[in-house]
Amino acid sequence: MERTIYREIKMTPQLWQVAFLLGAFLLAALAAVVYVEEYGHIVTGMNNQIVWGLPHVFAIFLIVAASGALNVASMASVFGKTHYKPVARLSGILAISLLVGGLAVLVLDLGRPDRLIVAMTRYNFKSIFAWNIYLYTGFMAIVAVYLFTQMSRGLPGNYVKQMGMFAFLWRLALTTGTGSIFGFLVARPGYDAAIMAPLFISMSFSYGLAVFILVLTALCRLSNRPLGQGLMRKYARLLAIFCAVVLYFTAVQHLTNLYVAEHTGFERFILLDGGIYTWLFWGGQVLIGGLLPMLLIWHPATADAPSTPVMASILVVLGGFAQLYVIVVGGQAYPMQVFPGYEVLESSFYDGMIAAYSPRWPELFLGMGGVALALLATGLAAKVLRILPTNLSDANIGQKAES
Amino acid sequence: MSCDRSDKPERGAELSRRDLLRSGAAVATLTLAPGVTLMAFGGSPADAAGRADAGKRWGLLIDVSRCDPDCDACVTACQVENGWKDEGNPETDAQWIRKVTLKNRDTGRKVSMPVMCQHCEKPPCVDVCPTGASFKRVDGIVLVDKHICIGCRYCMMACPFKARSFIHEKHVNQKSWAPRGKGTVESCTLCVHRVDTGRIPACVEACEATGNRAIIFGDLKDPNSEISKRVAEYSSIALRADLDLNPGVRYSNL
Repeated sequence: MERTIYREIKMTPQLWQVAFLLGAFLLAALAAVVYVEEYGHIVTGMNNQIVWGLPHVFAIFLIVAASGALNVASMASVFGKTHYKPVARLSGILAISLLVGGLAVLVLDLGRPDRLIVAMTRYNFKSIFAWNIYLYTGFMAIVAVYLFTQMSRGLPGNYVKQMGMFAFLWRLALTTGTGSIFGFLVARPGYDAAIMAPLFISMSFSYGLAVFILVLTALCRLSNRPLGQGLMRKYARLLAIFCAVVLYFTAVQHLTNLYVAEHTGFERFILLDGGIYTWLFWGGQVLIGGLLPMLLIWHPATADAPSTPVMASILVVLGGFAQLYVIVVGGQAYPMQVFPGYEVLESSFYDGMIAAYSPRWPELFLGMGGVALALLATGLAAKVLRILPTNLSDANIGQKAES
Repeated sequence: MSCDRSDKPERGAELSRRDLLRSGAAVATLTLAPGVTLMAFGGSPADAAGRADAGKRWGLLIDVSRCDPDCDACVTACQVENGWKDEGNPETDAQWIRKVTLKNRDTGRKVSMPVMCQHCEKPPCVDVCPTGASFKRVDGIVLVDKHICIGCRYCMMACPFKARSFIHEKHVNQKSWAPRGKGTVESCTLCVHRVDTGRIPACVEACEATGNRAIIFGDLKDPNSEISKRVAEYSSIALRADLDLNPGVRYSNL
């Protein structure tokens, strides 16, 4: 068994093509930002009812996936699963890159992105947003040190384990912070629930691993490096468990709400008659993002198919976007109960009405730009750093194809 | 300085470097942090709070039974006073104050009333604001510091009363006391610029002028004020009382 050798990837014509494509997405995002900066958010689909739209769906997906992507490294250094160790470095790099992509979208969608310096220098520590600024920047620093311990020669082995544990605990805090952005909102029936934090942690496991599987597959294919099917099947089986956990927390979230009389209206909206949100919930989140990937991964007819890990991961990513769209946009679309016990007959400010939202192209381009930035940063890191093993075949890392 | 330079070259070099860094920092501040620079020269929460009196709690009592469903004098007065208006984009136009018509689900009784920032004692918008741009003065007026609002809209997510608006586009002819910078959040200021000079909010004045006198403004901490006497004598409620935010705006006969 040859030992794991990490080498920078060499640029192939395919890699250049992908890099140019991602660069084009970045330019489109930049154009969208300039456009919105010039004319204001009036040119987006957002309004005074839906104040967080598609950019937030992208940003939160990337941020949640970032903490989840680090799980692969945690599996190796915290939980001692050796088959994750060769890809632990990529896991750390991907985690930082996804977070950078998500934060870029979040910041560039601000009404005043030029005031980022204000957000960095003035803090209201009662705000979960202010905590998150520390949690996000801290995450990047800690994962960078974690990567350093992994890549340095001569450091005692327990350094990696200790940093791995620290990073793992930090990422749990980070996702708790992200979920609590919604959990701490007392005003809206779709939020205001402590379960948002563990729900988001479960989502991060699922989305992060799915994105990791896709990026690892793409990098290995584009740089012509072998990637064992047995290894991928192991990752996929873990992904199926994460899908089940997300469905479990989702079920608990909605069942709890159904017991609370004041929340039944919201539940009816999401589960039964919310139009696009109901479709996205059942079709997108539950079916495409949960049941189908589990079926693909666990059903004997498809479990061993070489395409299953990638197909399941694509479905999880699509389902993840659907889930976040339902949480972020659906949660705002359902009207707040400003006047309990009263029906609103007339209001110039859409009180008591389902809010309309149609994303426009600047929002889509900005969100896609965040994804492109995360992928480009990961690719660039793989180009200049020794993070990707030269040989991830099952034979090389001790996996049997049928395992 | 020149003497220092000739006598002690190392010290002189150090000073030069320091001067250079200092000038560089000034340029960087001007280039990167116009918001901070503006804030440093006035308009900070401390500046605004300096005019506030901790011995007062300004509030409104809205008598719903006196509010005429066909009257929107309070809304018009607020628009004129603070320089916001219907721009033809109902979904994105700001509304500092709005009229709503409600029907009691159990009794069928219909009422009409104005809704604006409720100036909560424990405002969720202030809790969630990452930079502290949303703040409450010691006299209970909840405001947005327009110099440090980054436009994240978290306060709009948090406000239970839909009282805040995001400025979606450029506005011209703004009032000096109500700056409406694109990309920031705004809401009713309880006409703080008038209150600080001993006047009453524009909506209250306009309601009085119609003869309805549906809105009373005053100091809730002064037991002799009309508003305190009225809330002590008659039943009034807070919107979303279940949230225990103790708004400064109360409604009677709802």
